[in-house]
Formats: sequence, C-alpha cells, structure tokens
Amino acid sequence: MSGPILELKNVSASYEKVEAVRNVSLQLDRGSIVTVIGANGAGKTTLLNAIMGVKSASGSLRFKDEDIAALEIEARVGAGLCLVPEKRELFSTMSVEDNLRLGAYRLGGGAVAEGLQQVFRRFPRLLERRAQVAGTLSGGERQMLAMGRALMSKPALLMLDEPSLGLAPRIVKDIFQIIVELRQAGVSILLVEQNARAALHVADYAYVMELGEVTMHGRASDLAADPRIIESYLGLGGRHDT
Amino acid sequence: MKEFSSAPLLWIAVMLGFAALPILPGVPDFWITLWDYIGIYSLVAIGLVLLTGVGGMTSFGQAAFVGFGAYVTAVLTSHFGWSPWLTLPASLCVTGLAAFVLGLPTVRLSGHYLPLGTIAWGICVFYLFGNTEALGRFDGISGLPPFTLGPISLIDSRAAFYLIWCCVLLAIVLSGNLLDSRMGRAIRALRGGTQAAESFGVRTAQAKLTVFIYAALLAGLSGWLYAHVQRAVSPSPFGLHAGIEYLLMAVLGGSGHVLGGVFGAAVVAILKDHLQSLLPKLIGADGNFETIVFGVLMVVILQFARQGLWPFALKLLPAPKPRRIEQSAAPLPRRAVPEVGSPLLQVEKARKVFGGLVAVNDVSFNVKAGEIVGLIGPNGAGKSTTFNLLTGVLRATSGSILYRGQEIAGRPARDVAALGVARTFQHVKLIGRMSVLENVAIGAHLRGSSGVLSSMLLLDREEEERLLREAAMQIERVGLKEHMHKPAASLALGQQRIVEIARALCLDPALLLLDEPAAGLRFGEKQELAALLSQLRSEGMSVLLVEHDMDFVMNLTDHLVVLDFGEKIAEGAPASVSADPVVLEAYLGGVE
Amino acid sequence: MNSTIALFLLQDGVINGAIYALLGVTLVLIFAVTRVIFVPQGEFAAWGALTLASLESGATPGTALLLVVLGVSAAVVETIRERASMRPARLGVMAVRDVAMPIALLLIVSTIAPTKPALWLSVLLTLALVVPLGPLVYRLAFQPIADATVLTLFIAAIGVHFAMIGLGLIFFGAEGFRNEPFIAGVFPLGPLMFKGQSLVILAATAALLAALWFFFEHSMLGKALRATAINRLGARLVGIPTRATGRIAFALAAAIGALSGTLIGSLTTISYDSGFIISLKGFVAAIAAGLASYPVTVVAAIGVGVLESFAAFFASAYKEVIVFSLIIPLLIWRSLVTAHHDEEEE
Repeated sequence: MSGPILELKNVSASYEKVEAVRNVSLQLDRGSIVTVIGANGAGKTTLLNAIMGVKSASGSLRFKDEDIAALEIEARVGAGLCLVPEKRELFSTMSVEDNLRLGAYRLGGGAVAEGLQQVFRRFPRLLERRAQVAGTLSGGERQMLAMGRALMSKPALLMLDEPSLGLAPRIVKDIFQIIVELRQAGVSILLVEQNARAALHVADYAYVMELGEVTMHGRASDLAADPRIIESYLGLGGRHDT
Repeated sequence: MKEFSSAPLLWIAVMLGFAALPILPGVPDFWITLWDYIGIYSLVAIGLVLLTGVGGMTSFGQAAFVGFGAYVTAVLTSHFGWSPWLTLPASLCVTGLAAFVLGLPTVRLSGHYLPLGTIAWGICVFYLFGNTEALGRFDGISGLPPFTLGPISLIDSRAAFYLIWCCVLLAIVLSGNLLDSRMGRAIRALRGGTQAAESFGVRTAQAKLTVFIYAALLAGLSGWLYAHVQRAVSPSPFGLHAGIEYLLMAVLGGSGHVLGGVFGAAVVAILKDHLQSLLPKLIGADGNFETIVFGVLMVVILQFARQGLWPFALKLLPAPKPRRIEQSAAPLPRRAVPEVGSPLLQVEKARKVFGGLVAVNDVSFNVKAGEIVGLIGPNGAGKSTTFNLLTGVLRATSGSILYRGQEIAGRPARDVAALGVARTFQHVKLIGRMSVLENVAIGAHLRGSSGVLSSMLLLDREEEERLLREAAMQIERVGLKEHMHKPAASLALGQQRIVEIARALCLDPALLLLDEPAAGLRFGEKQELAALLSQLRSEGMSVLLVEHDMDFVMNLTDHLVVLDFGEKIAEGAPASVSADPVVLEAYLGGVE
Repeated sequence: MNSTIALFLLQDGVINGAIYALLGVTLVLIFAVTRVIFVPQGEFAAWGALTLASLESGATPGTALLLVVLGVSAAVVETIRERASMRPARLGVMAVRDVAMPIALLLIVSTIAPTKPALWLSVLLTLALVVPLGPLVYRLAFQPIADATVLTLFIAAIGVHFAMIGLGLIFFGAEGFRNEPFIAGVFPLGPLMFKGQSLVILAATAALLAALWFFFEHSMLGKALRATAINRLGARLVGIPTRATGRIAFALAAAIGALSGTLIGSLTTISYDSGFIISLKGFVAAIAAGLASYPVTVVAAIGVGVLESFAAFFASAYKEVIVFSLIIPLLIWRSLVTAHHDEEEE
C-alpha cells in the first residue's frame, strides 16, 4: 500500500489564452494527505478540475498507474477518483438521501444501502436530515452532504476543494477532523485550501501554487515552519508575529 | 466608412465592378434578378447583425417588419393610388411604430425568453396579415406599380439593381458609423450583459430598443423595395420560416460584422436558388426541400464556426488601421473634486437579506475624500454583497448609504455612476472583441451626449475625438499604451483588470470602487497598481477596495473594515486591525 | 352561446389541452436534462401520426427509410468526428445499433405493412420506428455542442426544425392524413357526448403522466436524469454519463411525441408540417411553467386548449393570434422572475 496513487507531470490548463495552470508536477502517495495551498486565483481549483477531467489539460496524468488523460469524467469516477468541488454542486431540489444514493450511481444495488449506512455513521447529522431537500441545508451540512455523496462512490482518491469555505471556525474544525479520519480509513486525499494553517496541520505533504505554477513543495511540517510560508500564508499580511 | 477602411482601393474596385454588372453585355437576366433579391435580403440581414451579433438579441421575427414595410406601400399604392416614392416615409413610420410597440416588451425579455418572444409575435403578425380583409387575406395584394423615375420605369431588374444597392450601401455606411460612436459602443456593450453598461450610465433598455427599432427600419425599407420589385405581397414571405432564413443569413455571415450580413444574404439566396432547381429533380417531387440544407447548415455553423464565416474572409484582407487619436482635441471638463478629509461615503446600518439569509448585517463605515479604504474578510463574508449595495446593483433591505450627502441606497447603478462613483468588477466585464480603447471609452459615456442620428451622419466627430482622447489618456496613465488597439480579450487577466480601472477613471470619478483589483497580478504589476492608486489618492480621489491580498491592502490603505459572516468585526488603521485577535480568529479558523 | 355549446367547447379544449400537456411536459423534460428548447418536438408527433397512417393504409412508412438514413449518418459523422479515440468495440456497437438494426426494422416493416397489421401492432411498430430517431437527432445536432449556451442550443433547435420539416416532406409527401380512431363511436355522459377517441386521449395522457412521475420519483435512472437537470456538473462528478442522459431524454421525447401523434391523428388531419403549431401550443404551457414544473405545465396546457377552443368559436380567424399573443406577457413575467433570481444568486 505505498507508492504514488496519483502522478502528474507537466500538467498545463488554460482558459482562452490565459494559462491558469502551468507545468505542474505533483505526486500523491497511497493513503496520504497532500495539500495544495496558494492565494485566490493561483490555479488550485483549475488543477483539481484538470485532474478530474472537468477541464481539459495537457501533460501526463496517471492514476493507479494508468494513464487517465483521455478518460471522460464518468470514467475517472469509475476508476476511483472523486472531487468535492468548491461550490459543492449538490442536487439542490432533491432530498439528502437521493443526493447520497446518486453518489453511488456507478456502483448501484447493494453498494447503496451499505454506503448509506457508513455515511450516516460518519455524519449523523445527515441521517437526521435525510428527507430534507438539499437546498435548505446550512453551509456546514451542505459540505457534509457533498463529502458524504463523494464517499458513496467509494473513492480511492478524494479531492476536496476549499472544504472550509464560508464555514464557521467550529465547523471547520469538525470537517478537518473528518478528513483525518478518512485518511485513517485508507482514503487518499488531495486537499486544496486557503486556510493554509489548517491544511498544513493535517497534511503529510504540501505544494504551494502561485500564478499557476508550483513554487515550493515539501513535507507539510517543514513548510509550516518555513519563514516564507509563514510570511505569505500563515500570518496576516506578514505582520503577524507568531 | 470604417467597414471599407482596411483596403479602400480594393473595395472601390469591387464596387465599381459590381456597379458595372447590369450594363456588361452577356450577364444573364436571372443573375441580376438574383442580386436584386440579395440586396433586398441584405438590408434585413444587416439589421439582424446589429440586433443579434452586436446587441445580443436574437430575433426570429424580422420577416414581420419586412411585411409591415411591404403591406403599407402595397395598400397605399394599390388602394389609394399613391406613388411608390411617397409611401416610403409611411412604410418606415408604420414599421418603426410596430417595432416600438413590439420592442417595448421584447427588449425586456431575458436570455432565451427573448428569441421565444420574437417567434410568438412573428407568428401572430403572420396570421394577422393572413386574416385581415383589407390586406387581401392569404392571397395578398397584387398588381402593384413598379418604381418609376420620371418617364423611366424601374420594372426591369437591371434598373432596380441600382436603387436597391444604393439603399444597401447607405445602410452599410450608416450602420458602420453608428457602431463606431458613443451610442454604438453602448449598443456593443449590451453583449457583455447589462450590469457593466449600466454602471457607466448607459440606459441599456433604451439602447436595446434603439437598435431593435433601427433593425426593424432596415427590414421595413427592405419590404418597401420588395413590394415594388415583386409587385405583389402575400403573407408567406413574412412568416416565421422567412424569419428563420434571415437569422440564418446573420449567423452565416457572422455576428458583429455589417458586411457579414451582406455575405450571409448572398450565400443563402444563391444556395436557395440552386437548391430549388436541383433538389426537386433529385428527389422527384415538388417542395421546399432546401429547408433541409438550411437547417443542417445552421447546425453545422453552430458546431464548427460559431462566429460565422465572414471572419474567415476578413483574415484575407489587411488588418484595419488603428483609430488615430487626435491629440489636439480639447480635454473633457472635469468634475469638482471634494475637499480632502470631507465625508464622501457614509454607510449607516446597511442590511441585505436574501430569503432568510442575512448576507450583510447592519454594516456601518465611512470613506473620507482622499483616502483609500480596504474592505476585507474571508470568502463569503459579505464583501461583494456590500459592494453591490454601494454601486446600486443590489437594493439594500434597510439602512442608508449617503454619497456626498445624497441618499444612494436603492438608486439604479447608472444614477450612482452619474454622481461620480465608478467601479470595476470581480469577474472582469469587458467586451472581448472590442479594442481596449473602445472598452475604456465606454467609461466616458456620461461625458458625451451624441445620439444615434448625429453619429450616423458623422455630426458627432468633435465630441468623439474628445472622448477617445480621454480614453487614450487614461490607458496611458495605467500603463497599457502599447495594448490600446488590441482586442480586450487578448490581454492577460491581470491586465484586463487594469483596463477596467482605466475605464472607471474615464468616468472622472470622485470615488473609485475596486473589486479585487490585484487578483491575478504578478508581484511587479501589483506594485505598479499600488503606485497608481497612491497617485490617484494624492490627486484627491478616494478609493474603496475589496481585496484578498493582505500585503497589498496593508501597505496601501489608510483604513480597513473587516467583515465576517455579514457583520463588521473590526475596523481601524491596518496595523491595529492585523493584530486584532478577533480578526485573526476569523481568518485563520479554529485550528490551533 | 348556451351551456351546451360551452360544455362542448370546454370538452374540446380539454382534449386538445391533454395533447398539449404531453408535448409541453416533454419540452420541460428535454430542457431540464439537456437545456435544449426543443422546438421540433411536434415533428415527432407528426411523424408518429403519419407512420401510423401509412401502416393503416398498408404502405411502408417513410420513417423506416428515414431511420436508416439518420442511423447511417450518425454512425459516419461520429466515426469521423471521434476518429482519434474510436475503438473497435464502439464501432461494433454503432454498426449494429445505427446501421444493422434500422435496416432490419425496414425489412420487417416492409414485410408486415402490406398485411395491414392490427392497430396495437401498428402502434408498436410506429414507436419502434420513431423512438430511435430521438437519440439520433440528439447525437447529430446537440451532443457536439452540449456545453454551449441555451441560446446557441435554441438556434440549433430551430435549424433542426427546418431540417426535420424538409425530411418529413421527402419521406411522407405533402399530403395530409387522418388515422382511424382507437375506439370508434360516441358515448353519452349526462348532457355531453364523448367521442371514444377523446376518452382514449384522456386516459392515455393520464397514464403517461403517471408513468413519467413514477419514473422520475422512484427509479434510479429517472433520478439520474433529474440530477443532470438540476446540476450538470454535479451529475458528471458522481459519474452519471450526461451524454447518455441526453439520449435517453430524447428517446423519451420521441416516444411521447409519437404516442401523442397516434392519439391526435384521428381528431385532425396531420401532414408533414402540422407538428410545429401543435408543439408551439405545448410551448406556451411549458413557458408558463418556466420550463421547470411538470404539474403547472399540465394545468397551463389544458388552459391553452380551452382558450383556443373558445377563441375558435368567437373569432376563428384569429385563434392562433390570441393563443400566441399570450406568450408575450408570460415571457415578461418569467423574465422578471428570473432576473430577480439572478440578483439573489449574486
């Protein structure tokens, strides 16, 4: 259970003429948490979209030692990739339970009942709300539902885009707790976060993106101690003196 | 004459050759007749290019306006014995009136509802023509007089050719002049959505109606010509299917190019002529089988060349010369600058509720003249909503927003703009196909006054030079001089943000509202931007900016307002705010 | 006008309204799943009616040959378009599904047709011929531009309408036809006389709407279609193949279209170009429902039917004008509602 589950080499992606991601190479070992941090507009979301196939990209994309660059999103989901996007992309007028069931669309049958049980165990809140329409959930519940829906597909690699976005600090704490638990359950995780402090805290390895390029990478604990990172991402405007 | 400016000699040669067609020996009659009809269709297609390609309103009902033009002259000449020349004003008046009545509701339709609406009235008008006794019901009116010029009758297709193509040439020149003017830029700005245009004082509903009526008038002119060339009218050439064919011409020719309309009309007419003789033989039955080819053509164009075919032809021509900036043009008058330190913007308990969610919760803060204030906070804190309340994009649920002592809460964006508040957008709202210069000039919309007629007749040139000089000056000021004549879309995203700032400066604002101006800029560019904003401040301008980049905000602003979950959690000098434990908690979350 | 006439007009209106409801619901369905405003939906109805009419007269319907033409076109176009990623398995599927099956159907139908098959068999054959046309139209016209704006898809739909009208003319000729009713005769009910066919239409509409409701609320596939409609990206992210959902939506549309065609074929004369006006009336209903709500579409469709039937009585020449002018205020209302919505999403 070691070696890379995901390997990117020189991946680039652009909108019109603007290159949003440029020559990014990245590696994610099985069972680890890797985080990508950087400012707004650094290309983090585009990178996740390129891995998922939402955005077309050039370069080499290997998942579980297979080239996935030519696969459609649906096939990448089938291979065990799963993205929880920044905007959650829930089925807002359907019930919580239907949202979850659709998460296991590709597995079908028995996987649904078993998956539902597991998700409800991890997120008891969703069990309480199972008949409620997704659009009426609170921000934190929506994030839980988005993660729950993703887990229904039994992903080998879970990609989370800004899971703490717009959530109150207490809920952010819960979400990160769950991320740690998922890793313990054997799920590999690629985490994109603006909350660099929290992300570096849970991750094993980290990449820093600026203007579409990876400018630094290293063990998360090393980066968390790096003065440049502290200055740019961990303090507040470089004036925070911790 | 902009349409022909890229290669004037070539165009003169083409026109002379074209004009010689009818008098050249050996040119068959049916050829000339075909080109007569191409000219008649071109008028409608040119109008549609302006309406659809430039103004962003797709109409399937254009044939109805051709019908109005045709039926008016048919009734007046056949029932009342008027001369065809005298009926032209009547045809245009009635068409214009019909366009006004149908346009009023139509231009208010949003998105795909608009073309659906044109289909609805397109069908209604067709059935009205076909069921009205005075218009001869579905048989129509026949035996109309041909045009005459003194003793000469233009019954011959060769004689009518000159009349028709003079009309087309006039339409091309007038339309070209219109597009290349203050109102033209306002119309072209419609494609980028109404929000940006309204923020610079463009009355978008009025601009839409203007281009709608103009397109209808060209269709009415086409109908007037059609009635006396065909010498009969009946409902079917004015029905929905004709309307779809006109749209196909515009789609084929390509959006945004007046000459593309003529090109599209020629392709459709020639194709139709050939198919109507070829297909029935091939299939062995009579019928309008050309619709299959037209339908497939429409789909194929949308699949492979959404910009139409004319842009491909344009690539073969030399690029048009960039617009010359008249350095001697008189500068535009400036607004009185408020005294430094006087209260400029006073936000008092502004509140915005969406459904049950309180997005902005009784936020209060002030901006004084000559200071830079930063509005910061984590994602989703309500910064953008607050921003939209100030600019008139959203209406505050309660609270007051005073600008120089005047209440601006609830006033539309263009009123706020007229008071001297200019803004940029978080998601850049430039018209990608327009040059940087033209985009920036939209900012000066309120500083000019020329209308549609004066620009078509080129009576606006002096003002136009002043507006463009102002735009060029602001572009230079933000350091993008070498990009002035490039299409806005060809610039990097960060530069496009700077273009938006130049556009805002063109309004001659006292207060500049910037929504994440530094996003996507490189380090050096950020420094230049900061220098520019400091410079503006020293000239007495005030700036309120929403920003994520802390370094940028900390070093630039005089005052910071911090929002979190819709509430103001702190404000003060940057140094004190950055040490505030409440702010740190909000930014860094609860993870220790 | 007395109450008998009023009741008669009402009955007439409700029956027509039921058909408009079927078309309107289909328009909502297609729009929801694919964002295509599918103007040519009425052509499927016309083709259904004309196919049934051919079978009733013992002739091989034009749809059989049309299916072969479109099937082969789709196979060829897709092979060229996707030549880079084309695999043998995919080619095999296309050869069987798009070429062999239509040819087999053509052979079967041309053998059975001269025997003037029983009504139920004719209806089945009609469905077998028309339903596959739906996905073929989707693949040829819309799939390659599935991510385009609603406006672009709409203009493409108008192009498809043009092409389908012309194809209808080639394969069915210009002549109009009237079908045999499913149930002949008239049944008295209180002061009203019901045509047998009217009862069939009402029953069939109710049954179809119920089936659709069950499909969307209780089957996984139906839910997947709804999910695609609600959030296309979300659907793709859970692995729902949105290409396939588009095809399924168009197959459903063709099926409902063909069935409504076979139902109205005995009430009115149908020719190759009759579908457009019928589906536009379904459209009025669909727009009233904001292209979103099925129940509102059904109610509005019956309203359109009744309005039309009374308009025909009082001002028959202007009945289309009256019905279609109704769209404008509806569109304005919808525009205002949506504009408000956009603002809230800011």
